[in-house]
Amino acid sequence: MKLTNTLLLSAAVAAISVPAFATDVKIGVLNDRSGVYADLSGEGSVIAAQMAVDDFGAAAKGINVTIVSADHQNKPDIASNIARQWYDQDGVDMIADVPTSSAALAVAQVTKEKNKVFIDSGAGSTDLTGKSCSPNTIHWTYDTYSLGKGTATALINEGKKSWFFITADYAFGQALERDTSEIVKAEGGTVVGGVRHPFPGTDFSSYLLQAQGSGAQVIAMANAGGDTVNTIKQAAEFGITQSGQSLASLLMFVTDVHALGLQTAKGLMLTEAFYWDQNDGTRAWSKRFAAKHDGKMPTMVHAGVYAGVLDYLKGVEATKGKDPKAVIDWMKGNPTDDPLFGKGSIRKDGRVLHDMYLFQVKSPEESKGPWDYYKTVATIPADQAFKPMSKDCSLVQ
Amino acid sequence: MVQILGIPVQVLFGQLLLGLINGSFYALLSLGLAVIFGMLNVINFAHGALYMMGAFVAWLLLTHLGIGYWWALLIVPLVVGAFGIVIERLMISRLYHLDHLYGLLLTFGLALVIQGLFRNEFGVSGLPYTIPASLQGGRNLGFMFLPNYRAWVIVASVLVCAATWFAIEKTRLGAYLRAATENPALVGAFGINVPRMITLTYGFGVALAALAGVLAAPIYSVNPNMGSDLIIVVFAVVVIGGMGSILGAIVTGFGLGIVEGLTKAIYPEASSVVIFVIMAIVLLVKPAGLFGRTA
Repeated sequence: MKLTNTLLLSAAVAAISVPAFATDVKIGVLNDRSGVYADLSGEGSVIAAQMAVDDFGAAAKGINVTIVSADHQNKPDIASNIARQWYDQDGVDMIADVPTSSAALAVAQVTKEKNKVFIDSGAGSTDLTGKSCSPNTIHWTYDTYSLGKGTATALINEGKKSWFFITADYAFGQALERDTSEIVKAEGGTVVGGVRHPFPGTDFSSYLLQAQGSGAQVIAMANAGGDTVNTIKQAAEFGITQSGQSLASLLMFVTDVHALGLQTAKGLMLTEAFYWDQNDGTRAWSKRFAAKHDGKMPTMVHAGVYAGVLDYLKGVEATKGKDPKAVIDWMKGNPTDDPLFGKGSIRKDGRVLHDMYLFQVKSPEESKGPWDYYKTVATIPADQAFKPMSKDCSLVQ
Repeated sequence: MVQILGIPVQVLFGQLLLGLINGSFYALLSLGLAVIFGMLNVINFAHGALYMMGAFVAWLLLTHLGIGYWWALLIVPLVVGAFGIVIERLMISRLYHLDHLYGLLLTFGLALVIQGLFRNEFGVSGLPYTIPASLQGGRNLGFMFLPNYRAWVIVASVLVCAATWFAIEKTRLGAYLRAATENPALVGAFGINVPRMITLTYGFGVALAALAGVLAAPIYSVNPNMGSDLIIVVFAVVVIGGMGSILGAIVTGFGLGIVEGLTKAIYPEASSVVIFVIMAIVLLVKPAGLFGRTA
């Protein structure tokens, strides 16, 4: 009897302490830690990745995860150098985040060459799952098409059909203008003009004046971060919105609204993949996140890093290893499910499909407290939110 | 509609006026740089960071002490100017006997440190600062809508520039300053405290940068990188105007603002380059700058 008990006990102990398998996984969070995108990605993405590891209970499942991070300064050459060093020397298995499209495209290239895993959250170019798609890339949060889709469709449905673009003159801005123009035209609108400004810019009043003179119903900003903040601030000053023209910020994060203040930002329409105050799941997660991040609420980029890391770890657990092809095949073959994006799926070309949301910024009177910024106008279902698979991607044929 | 260079006259007037407004900031900042260079022979690379500090101090005053824009116009230059005096006394003054390059390196390092500290504390997205109620709104000039605040920026900038020019070129104190620039030892021999004058000059130049920061806060994004984006252009302005020339800094500041404004109307993609093209041409033709004296 005593012997049986001892045996049972030791079996139980063994079952707890020795999981089905054991492996070391190293995740590299590569993003902007000092420049214009540091608030929307930066340290917050590292926190989000760590939360995914903790929530997944990786250690108890025998997956020993280490997280490293670095600053790519929004430069493609620095990004690919770090990626190379991480893969070759530091034993990194997966790179997460990477805002700035040009840097993300460079990391995708290196990841393919080294046969590792790249789960992008911060970058926007549709080329990541289009002509530059790779079997090793998964694009999680948003892209230029889905941004344009939400905002453009909504405004055109309101009868605002003539558009003028203020575009940041680099890869991302041009892609955003291109994708949005296509949607505008497809929905029956017209593009009456546009202006391309050097990146980054400070004074946008000249461009706003040209936009005002064009008589367009919508002035669309195909830029990001500080450029968008400056454009909106100055548009308010020049009385653009009071005179009946609508301002559409094609890429805007909750941190940008925080920077503008509701008085200036109120009424703006924008498309995002995630907002902290959507449901119990997002609220609970975001409050835990804020507690670790000086009270700052997460952006959709942070949420995408969390969800991406979580799904990757599920893949590692299911395939009992970290073979990149096996893990990615598992991820593409199984639905995604997490508290932030809900249920979704990953397409053959690496595009993650989940709902996108059209939000409107609240007025100061509507806002109940700090970070209470958005009201949901519409949900764009996953099957309509993203660009259909393109023949440009070699994985599609 | 009448057209000049393929642009309707109305648009052209609008862009000219906007250029003048941007020129106001260039003039204020380059004026501070010129005053400092003229007196201290230091190329103050921290100028952009101090301009940024000006905007942030205005924000801090409003957010934490409830002190509004008009008081900030007075308090911020004093606070940031005092900060400038401290760094001049503690650090910059130790480098006067060395080559220009050391002053440049020191102030460049200071700029990076100040920016880094603000970035660490406030993030990079920026902070909201609204236009004071009395300057909100604007008027329709027929060819463009001119926000009242922009009009105020031009007026304030012209007044400050004119006052500074007058103080340095036409008053007794200004005469001492100019004399001390030429020959500090001789001026010192007349019983004038040259080191203190240098310190106060630096403080004044910094105060001008801080004032520009307060003026900029309601219309530009208040973020730690706001100065570094602007400072390179301002250096070009100073070089074109002639290093250390007060009048040169003011006139070129406004002039280049206008040139840049026109470029934004004609070929926007070139607007960030046009000032440097002009700089290259001026340096080839007149190496001391438009208003500079050849040594």
